[in-house]
Amino acid sequence: MINGTALTVFIIFFLLVTVLGFVAARWRRGNLAHIEEWGLGGRRFGTLITWFLLGGDLYTAYTFIAVPALMFTQGSIGFYAVPYTIIIYPFVFVVMPRLWSVARKHGYITASDFVKGRFGSSGLSFVVALTGILATMPYIALQLVGMQAVIAGMGITGEWPLVIAFIILAAYTYTSGIRAPAMIAIVKDLMIYITIIAAIIVIPIKLGGFGHIFQAAANTLPTLQPKPGSFIVSPAAFSAYSSLALGSALALFLYPHSITGVLSSSSRSVIKRNSALLPAYSIMLGFIALLGFMAIAAGIHTKSSSMAVPLLLLKEFPSWFAGFGFAAIAIGALVPASIMSIAASNLFTRNIYTEYFKKDSSKEHEARVAKIVSLIVKFGALIFIVALPNTLAIQFQLLGGIWILQTFPAIIFGLFTKWFHRHALILGWLVGMITGTWMAIANNLASSVFALHLGSFVLPAYAAIWALVANLIVSVVFTWIFNAMNIGHGQDQTVPSDYEEDHTVTV
Amino acid sequence: MKGVTKLDESSHSKKGRGWLWLLLIPFIATLFPQFYAYDQPTLWGFPFFYWYQLLWVIISAIITWIVYQTTK
Repeated sequence: MINGTALTVFIIFFLLVTVLGFVAARWRRGNLAHIEEWGLGGRRFGTLITWFLLGGDLYTAYTFIAVPALMFTQGSIGFYAVPYTIIIYPFVFVVMPRLWSVARKHGYITASDFVKGRFGSSGLSFVVALTGILATMPYIALQLVGMQAVIAGMGITGEWPLVIAFIILAAYTYTSGIRAPAMIAIVKDLMIYITIIAAIIVIPIKLGGFGHIFQAAANTLPTLQPKPGSFIVSPAAFSAYSSLALGSALALFLYPHSITGVLSSSSRSVIKRNSALLPAYSIMLGFIALLGFMAIAAGIHTKSSSMAVPLLLLKEFPSWFAGFGFAAIAIGALVPASIMSIAASNLFTRNIYTEYFKKDSSKEHEARVAKIVSLIVKFGALIFIVALPNTLAIQFQLLGGIWILQTFPAIIFGLFTKWFHRHALILGWLVGMITGTWMAIANNLASSVFALHLGSFVLPAYAAIWALVANLIVSVVFTWIFNAMNIGHGQDQTVPSDYEEDHTVTV
Repeated sequence: MKGVTKLDESSHSKKGRGWLWLLLIPFIATLFPQFYAYDQPTLWGFPFFYWYQLLWVIISAIITWIVYQTTK
């Protein structure tokens, strides 16, 4: 049955952000025929806009659906999202200002641009770009899964609402570039905060307080079939819990959409300030995770765990407010989907197309290609979700997280040292990709935690971390070997001071 | 003149680098569930496992802010 009130509120807010998306083209006007303007907003976003943009970019609709769904079915392990989003920021504080500075100095648009400049290797740059695109595609598709859940929550069946939403999204991303998600993120984030603050006040009152909610979760989780959940992480799961948090944190800012968000900011200080301000979203995410326990306490029963949050909102709130919350989640899918498609198309255009197909591209031609590729990327994601089972997108996203972490040595260590040999980094990447993929397949793509057996000693941990360890060992050993064989390093375009400069004063 | 500014900038940016070590604290505090995987003591109905980690979001943000101010 269609929930008319919820649907009306939903449509009103959806139309509002659509208008914003197109108006955004005129905001802080720049020449949108250049990729630096279309794809990075001219690197002009200040502290507040960057806060909204990165918040909207990193804390996606899929997160809002999947994290509580994990708490709902498996319990405490889902709370790894909290340490994950704690340790990201000290890391970002140290690392990302360096990437920003060197990118600003040399006009890099993507991480792949940087790797090429640093190691003088188009091969390494190509594998970094390829990994970024491969990891991003299923991530875009998953945003649609988030949107599907709330549309289904309003009683609408069929795929056509998704198709309409994505055509609108594609159109304003094409015309406005990153300005569109930056502007929409402001509305979306405010709506999400309102929804969550209301939820953590109203729902516990209705359910008899947080103590009662946790009690219900503690009682219910161990009885779940076929696999019982856990209320507090057990010692056997400690290594899985912390390696998931660490691996996800190290991987997050390797994703092209995160890097795009970082590079579009206006200074190093903007990034540093945001490292202290973005945790506001992590607090919110912690409470969103607890919505999974609230759904348990509210007696929600559903076969599809991604319906836990939509059903909880419908049960505990009047229809109009549920519609508002649903709109917040759906718009929460549009912001990252837009930035992800921009980031993937920047990678393709800069590091594959102009590198291998048309070396003499003009700036205008480059931007035109990027815009068209952003459309292809989104329709690819749409077809993925409409034509194939959702579990496939989820499995690919699991692989994507493992894959993207394999670019860590080239990008992150590359920001601090040129010690590694370019060929060794490619070999390390290859070994990491194979190891990680093999571990995930050995788990039937159902879990990203791989139990490593060393004799009688068994240590379960996030497969991405195991793969990264293999990657690092190969990178180090082969750097020694290639150096011993006197195989030359690539030409480094950068000098140490490029990584520290503020560029605020241009002489 | 430009050279002088550059020198000032680089000596300026080295200032307070020791404070960066503070940024390791959140990793130690949150990556060892051994420290906090307990039910008790509860706070406002939240088991220790849950409120401890939420609290660390705030502490970690404060640490990052302090490091920002001291290394600016």
